[in-house]
Amino acid sequence: MEPYLAVAIGLVVAAAVYLMTDRHMVRMLFGVALLGTAVNLVVFVSGDVLQGLPPLIASDAAAPDGEVANALPQALVLTAIVIGFGLFSFALALVFKTAQRFGTADIDQLGAAEPMKTDGPANGSRPTDGAEQERAA
Amino acid sequence: MMAAPTLSPRWIDGWVLASIAVALAGFVVGLSWIPGVAAGVFPTVSWSWVGGLGVEFAFRIDGLSLLFVLLITGIGVFVLAYAAAYAEKPGKRRRLCLLLFAFMLAMLGLVTADDLITLFVFWEATTVISYLLIGFDHEKASARRSALQGLLVTGAGGLAMLAGLVLLGAEAGTFRLSELPAALADTDLSDLTLSLILILLGCFTKSAQFPFHFWLPNAMAAPTPVSAYLHSATMVKAGIYLLARVHPIYAEHELWFPVLTVFGAVTAVWASIQSLRQTDLKLMLAHTTVMALGTLTMFLGSSSPVAVAAASTFILVHALYKSTLFLMVGVIDKRTGTRDRRLLSGLRAALPLTAVAAFTGAFSMAGFPPFLGFIGKELKYEGALAIAEEPGMVIVAAVAANAMMVAVALVVSVRTFLGRPSDTDAGVAPPNLMVMVPLLLGLCGLIFGLAPSLIGQTIVVPAATSILGIPAEIKLALWHGVNVPLILSVVTVLLGIGVYFALDRLTAVMDRIGARFPISGDRIYDVVLKATLDGAGRMTTAIQGGRLTVYTGLSFAVVGLVLYVGALGDDPAVWSAIRLESLMPWEIASLALMAVGAALAIAARRRLTALCGLAAVGVGTTLVFLMHGAVDVAVTQFMVEALIVVFVAAVIPKIPPFESVRRTAPQRWLRGTLAAFVGLGATLALLRLAPPVDRTVTSFYEQASVPEAFGRNVVNVILVDFRALDTLGEVAVVVVAALGAFALLRGRRVSRRPE
Repeated sequence: MEPYLAVAIGLVVAAAVYLMTDRHMVRMLFGVALLGTAVNLVVFVSGDVLQGLPPLIASDAAAPDGEVANALPQALVLTAIVIGFGLFSFALALVFKTAQRFGTADIDQLGAAEPMKTDGPANGSRPTDGAEQERAA
Repeated sequence: MMAAPTLSPRWIDGWVLASIAVALAGFVVGLSWIPGVAAGVFPTVSWSWVGGLGVEFAFRIDGLSLLFVLLITGIGVFVLAYAAAYAEKPGKRRRLCLLLFAFMLAMLGLVTADDLITLFVFWEATTVISYLLIGFDHEKASARRSALQGLLVTGAGGLAMLAGLVLLGAEAGTFRLSELPAALADTDLSDLTLSLILILLGCFTKSAQFPFHFWLPNAMAAPTPVSAYLHSATMVKAGIYLLARVHPIYAEHELWFPVLTVFGAVTAVWASIQSLRQTDLKLMLAHTTVMALGTLTMFLGSSSPVAVAAASTFILVHALYKSTLFLMVGVIDKRTGTRDRRLLSGLRAALPLTAVAAFTGAFSMAGFPPFLGFIGKELKYEGALAIAEEPGMVIVAAVAANAMMVAVALVVSVRTFLGRPSDTDAGVAPPNLMVMVPLLLGLCGLIFGLAPSLIGQTIVVPAATSILGIPAEIKLALWHGVNVPLILSVVTVLLGIGVYFALDRLTAVMDRIGARFPISGDRIYDVVLKATLDGAGRMTTAIQGGRLTVYTGLSFAVVGLVLYVGALGDDPAVWSAIRLESLMPWEIASLALMAVGAALAIAARRRLTALCGLAAVGVGTTLVFLMHGAVDVAVTQFMVEALIVVFVAAVIPKIPPFESVRRTAPQRWLRGTLAAFVGLGATLALLRLAPPVDRTVTSFYEQASVPEAFGRNVVNVILVDFRALDTLGEVAVVVVAALGAFALLRGRRVSRRPE
């Protein structure tokens, strides 16, 4: 595929990963948006991007004339952009509401539903009762 | 004072009687097979199970299987009857008997299975049921621990064994045990090394060979009938059975003889030393069981017919005397309330019939004539002399272990029943049935000793023949004339008597030495178990600690690895040609917009700057769409980007700034590395993405657009006509998101409204 697009998508993915692992909710959200953009581009370019003509049909023809861009990934990406926008807007409302309600944008501060485990005694360990066993072996 | 006899009339329970009846019927059927099996006619039955893999539900009775069938059902009848009398409460009695019965069925399946996978299924069934039996007194922490220990040790060995069995079956091309030796006749034995080691792991854990011996004495937490059954005739003999079963396959392997001989000898000597140190009679017997298993392993290491015959005889001998002794100790326990050998003496007056049982069992164990044990021991010595490679080591081990057996036998018989009566009278009178069972078993040992022809040609010789694969020539007899084994026997008895009289001094010395070596299998088991559980706990805390950034980071790391697997796959690289010189200006522009935008988004200290970066990436993407013929997509992308900027700019002043969340430098470096890793992976994977693209579906839309949908923009036609329902769903998603956001934002105002 086009090397310049591969490089561009790689850069966007890297930025998305960096932002999504941030603790600030807005930056995380930006990461989600960037990742969505990168994925849309991947879907789009996987449909072969060498042809530059849009998939339109002339008024006197029954089918596109000559080589035109692949219409199918375009339709898929169009849907994905709109859905991604819906997701982003709703998530933005959630982030906004959460920040208002708790006064912080740090997701590590939002642990009421799933309290963070600390380095205490491990979960599964239980006291061994080997001492009361009769001396054996 | 002694309470009245406690055999409740209600011991006659339908379930208990039925299980005894079935065991008895199994024994009779087993007896009826004897003539046929001795003549070489082996009953076989099989059903197809996993046909595609060649796995069958197959059973076959040969001499070795028959020996075990008779032991399992015969001793099973006695143990079930004893258990019925042993358990006092009807509920416990039924549970005990039914579990024992289930165990008996699993063992029968194990020793008659003719298919490797069938065998493994029954093998695991014995492991699981033994867990329930060892932990029968589940109110006690020690019983639960012992049960779990047995389960983990034998279960782990069982898993190793499964791998070994599958390797073996794959190598041979058949899973039928009876066909394996012929199928592997031409195979280079060194190809079977791995399967041998794995199968030996299964056998050694099941049969408590050093260094896995520790679980067996701990399993004495079980009620007496369970110990008697599992540790005389069944469970622990399963490993020995499998060793005997694979003997024809592996006997010529260079590892077989040294491994079995050395581990068997070490186990036998170590366990007999340990047994002398015990003060609990039951634990003493448990260690002698380990010793017996070691001896059996040692003899199965050899291919000498006499050694193999000695092993098959000893399987029978040991099962008889060990069940007698275990059950006898159960009677003592019930009557006196203790099993401590230091407290017990002179019980002959209180328990006269049990005394007879104890002496018959103990003398058989010690190998005194005319008991069956004497024949077994003579054969063992003869077998040891016949092992050509290492006769010295095997004989020394056998004599040393047997001498200590003599001492143990004298402890459980002479010291316990003769002498001055002890004032241990805390228990209740045992039911008559409990007394009779060990007596009958002990008398069997005497009868077979006096008339060895009863078991010789009928049971022992066919079993040895099965192991060897060629007809075995053995003659069981009490008197073979004065020969080397007889001389060794005399030496053994003298040594044993010496050890018996020096016992207290010896144990004191051994305790002092033992105290200097705090390492035992039991301790190692504790450490390993604790480390495993702690490690699992720490692992969970580390990767599932409730920290979202860690979850996200780990997910991305895995995705990154997958990308590299795709990018650096082993098919010849089809890298796209990199054409820097011919880059178009708009290509450079979109690349630059996206690069600068991404950099701004991650590096910006202010929220609005980061938003500008986000928008720049969006515009760069729009440019790509536009220049590659996707006008509609470009327009949509641009409008969405604009809306996002507006929305974010509207709410961002009300959200705490980026500086409100502190990030340390190491965290940033870690995230940066991860981001570079995943991003580079994406680029490499995409460079491998090469045309041609299948345009079948696209061509259909292009051809059908005008005639069927009367539209000239193919993308629009796909969206609103051919895939209209999809678009309706998409619209619904946006509406739901808008409604949700509206409800969220409106809710805030409601809560702020003054009352």
